[in-house]
Amino acid sequence: MNAPVQTIPVDYERQRAVCAALRAFMPEHSVLFEREDVTPYECDGLSAYRQVPMVVTLPENEQQVCEILEACCLMRVPVVARGAGTGLSGGALPMGNGVLLSLARLMNILDIDPAARTARVQPGVRNLAISEAAAPLGLYYAPDPSSQIACSIGGNVAENSGGVHCLKYGLTVHNILKLRVATIEGEIIEIGGGGLDAAGYDLLALMTGSEGLLGVVTEITVKLLPRPESARVVLAAFDDVATAGQAVANVIAAGIIPAGMEMMDQPAILAVEPFVHAGYPTDAAGILLCESDGTHEEVADEIRRIEDIMTASGAHLVRTSHDEAERLKFWAGRKAAFPAVGRLSPDYYCMDGTIPRKRLAEVLRGIAAMEKKYALRCANVFHAGDGNLHPLILYDANDPGQLERTEAFGAEILKLCIDVGGTITGEHGVGVEKIDSMCIQFRSAELETFHALKHAFDEHGLLNPGKAVPTLHRCAEFGRMHVHAGAEKFPELPRF
Amino acid sequence: MADALIQQFAETIRAAADAKRPLCIRGGGSKDFYGNTPAGDPLAVSAYRGIIAYEPTELVITARAGTPLAEIEAAMREQGQMLGFEPPHFSGGATLGGCVAAGLSGPRRAYAGAVRDFVLGVRMLDGRGTDLSFGGQVMKNVAGYDVSRLLTGSLGTLGVILEVSLKTLPLPPAELTLCCEQPRTEAIALMNGWAGTPLPVTATCHVEKRLYVRLAGAESAVKAAARKIGGEEVNNAAEFWRNIRDQRDVFFSGDTPVWRLSLTPTAPGPDVPGPQLVEWGGALRWLKSDADATHIRNAARKADGHATLFRRGHSHAGAFHPLPEALMQLHKRVKQAMDPAGILNRGRMYSDL
Repeated sequence: MNAPVQTIPVDYERQRAVCAALRAFMPEHSVLFEREDVTPYECDGLSAYRQVPMVVTLPENEQQVCEILEACCLMRVPVVARGAGTGLSGGALPMGNGVLLSLARLMNILDIDPAARTARVQPGVRNLAISEAAAPLGLYYAPDPSSQIACSIGGNVAENSGGVHCLKYGLTVHNILKLRVATIEGEIIEIGGGGLDAAGYDLLALMTGSEGLLGVVTEITVKLLPRPESARVVLAAFDDVATAGQAVANVIAAGIIPAGMEMMDQPAILAVEPFVHAGYPTDAAGILLCESDGTHEEVADEIRRIEDIMTASGAHLVRTSHDEAERLKFWAGRKAAFPAVGRLSPDYYCMDGTIPRKRLAEVLRGIAAMEKKYALRCANVFHAGDGNLHPLILYDANDPGQLERTEAFGAEILKLCIDVGGTITGEHGVGVEKIDSMCIQFRSAELETFHALKHAFDEHGLLNPGKAVPTLHRCAEFGRMHVHAGAEKFPELPRF
Repeated sequence: MADALIQQFAETIRAAADAKRPLCIRGGGSKDFYGNTPAGDPLAVSAYRGIIAYEPTELVITARAGTPLAEIEAAMREQGQMLGFEPPHFSGGATLGGCVAAGLSGPRRAYAGAVRDFVLGVRMLDGRGTDLSFGGQVMKNVAGYDVSRLLTGSLGTLGVILEVSLKTLPLPPAELTLCCEQPRTEAIALMNGWAGTPLPVTATCHVEKRLYVRLAGAESAVKAAARKIGGEEVNNAAEFWRNIRDQRDVFFSGDTPVWRLSLTPTAPGPDVPGPQLVEWGGALRWLKSDADATHIRNAARKADGHATLFRRGHSHAGAFHPLPEALMQLHKRVKQAMDPAGILNRGRMYSDL
C-alpha cells in the first residue's frame, strides 16, 4: 500500500542519549537506530499508518524488558510494545520520538503442564505454536485468530483476540490464567494465579485488551483444552442474507451453541470461489458455515439438528462435511476470504464492528447504500454467531482520494454499528485506526474513566500514548470537524 | 421511576463523597457474611429492579441490579436458557447486582466459566456519582478497557452497579450425576483426567469420601460419557448440586470457620487440619478449620493460589488473601481512579480500599 507516511524529524541528540542509556545494559545488536534497521518496524498489519521509530530495542529476557522500561521511564521516553506486528488497528504503530519494544525474541514455551492443562509461555510465542506443542498431549489453545500462524500470544493478550470458535470457547480473556507484567517503572507484578480466580480486583481482565497502554506482558499462562473427538461442518446456502441471519437465530433458539458459525455474502463468495474452489454455490446471496464439535455422539446429534434447522429456515442447499478433508475444504474458503478479496483490488480495508445479530439485514442494506455513496465496493464476512462483522472495503491507494473515501466509508459503517446497539471493534482493537470512532461510542465521562485508569498504571503516559483512548480535546476537535466537513484539516499535525 | 432512583443514588453518593462519609451498598443481603464487615451508611439498591431486555436468540439478557437472581433464572428457564456460571443464592434473595459485585460462581464454573466470563456490559455510578456505561450487549467488544469485568468481584468498592448485560446459555437437553467412593487424592486425579479428555462434564465435587460428577449435553453424549466414567446414578442430583452451590450441604454447617482455597487444580493437599470439600475439578477446596490464617494462606500460596476466610471469620484475620505490596499499591490507584473520595464499601475487600 502506498499510503501517506507520517514523519516527524528525528531528534538525533535525543536518539543518541536513549541508545546510550539502553546500551548500558543491552547488547549493541539489540538496540537499533539506523534508518534501514528501524524502517521494517514502521507499521503493523495496518500499513496505511506508518512512522519510523526513533529507536528499536529487542530484549531477550524479562529482566531486559524491565531495565528498558525503567530507563525509558526515567528519561520520559514513550514506549510502544510490539509482538508479531500483525495487528489490524495500528496498535503497534511506533512513535518518531519513542522506543519500539519488540517482544519477538521472547519466544520460548517455558512449560506445559499436561495434568493441570496449562502452558506457560513468553509473549513472542506464536498463537499456533502453543497448540502445536500441546497436540501430542491431546490438548490445544482455543482462541484462533485468523492470523494464528504468525500472531504472537502477547499481542493476543493486548488485543483480547478472538477467532472463529469464540462463541463456544471464548476470547483470550476467557482462556488465560496468569500474567507477569512489567510496569512502566520496570517492576514485575503477577496477575491471576494457578487457580481459576485471584485475590483482589480482576486485573487480568483489565490488562486483556488494554492495547499496551497499561503494562508490558512478559509471561502468560494459558489454559489448554482437550482436542474435541470429532468436528463436522454444515454448509448452507440462502437466497438472501436476512434469511441466513434468521437461520442463525433459529440454531441458537434450538439450544445449540455451534463451535463456529460464519456467514459470507455474495461478493465474498464470488471472490473466494475461483481462488479456493471450496465448493461454495456462487448463485447464493449468502452462505453459512456452521460447525459442531465434541464427542462423536454429540456431533452426530447436533449436526442432524443443524441440517434440519437450515432446511426449515429456507436454505436452498445444505451440505455436510463427511471427512476431515472436506471439513477443511469448506473452511478453506472462509479462511482465504481476506486474501481472495485482496486479489480483486489493489488494496482492501477490513472493518470490525459488532452488532446485535437481529439487525444484520438492516446493517447490510446500510453498507450497500454506502457502496453507492462512496463509489467503492464492499464484501462482507461475518462471525455470525457472535455478531462480529468484517466488511472489506475494496480500494486503490494509488488513486488519489480513494483512501480518504475508504476511511470515511469505514467510519460510517462503525457509526451504523453503534447506532444499532453494537460496538466499533469486536476483536481488532481501537489502535490509531478507530480512535475518532471512540468519541462516538463513549461519552466524555467514560473516556475520563479510561484516562484515570491509564493514569493508575502509567502516571506519565509513556506506554503506547495516543492509542486506544482519545483525549477529550481530540474528541472535541473531531466533533467540530465532523460537523463542518469530511476530511481532517492539517492531517500532518499530531492530535493528542 | 427508574431515572428518579438513579438520580437519588447519585445524589446520595455525591453527598457522601463531599462529606467523606462511607456508604455500604446493599442489595438482597444474601452475602452479608462475605468479605470484611460492611461499614458505612446503607445505600439500598434493591428497588432498582426488573429485566430490561432479554433476547434469547442473541444470547443476551440485560437487567437492573436489584433484580432477584431467581426472577432472572425463571425468565430464562421459560426460554430454555440459564446463567452458565450457576450463581449461588445462599440463603435466598440474592440479586443480580450482588452476584456480579461478589463475583462468585457455582459448580459449573470450571467447565463453563465464571460470572466475569459472562458479563458483557454494565451501567454504573462511580464514586463521584457519575453515570457510566461500559461494554455492551454484544459478545465481542474490545472498545475501551474492560471495566465491566474489572467491576465484577470488586465487592462494590469501585462503583454502584446499576444494570448488567450477561451472556446466556441454553439449558442442556439431558443431565446426569454419577457418584462413587474415592479417597480425595484419587478423586482429584480423576477430576483432572476428565477435564483433559473431551467429556461433557459440567460439575465435580468430592465430599465425605464420595466423588460426584455431573454430565450434561445431548442425551446420547451423556449416556456414552456415563458408560466411560462409571459409578452409580444419583437420584436427587439437582438438590445435591443446589446444596453445594448455596452451601446448605451439612459440610458447611457448624461453628468452625469455612475457608475457600482457590488453587492449581492438580495441587496436592493442602496440608492443613480440617475436613475438605473439593469442587471445580480440584481448583476449589473448601476447608473447615480453626488453623491459623497465616498457615492456611501459606499453604494456598504454595499451590499458586489464594485463601479466603469465607464464613465465620475471626476479627483479626482479613477475609481476603493479602496482596504483594506492588499489587496493593496498584489496587489503591485503581480505587482512587474510580472512587477518589474512598467512600464505596470501604474496607469490605481490604482495609486500604
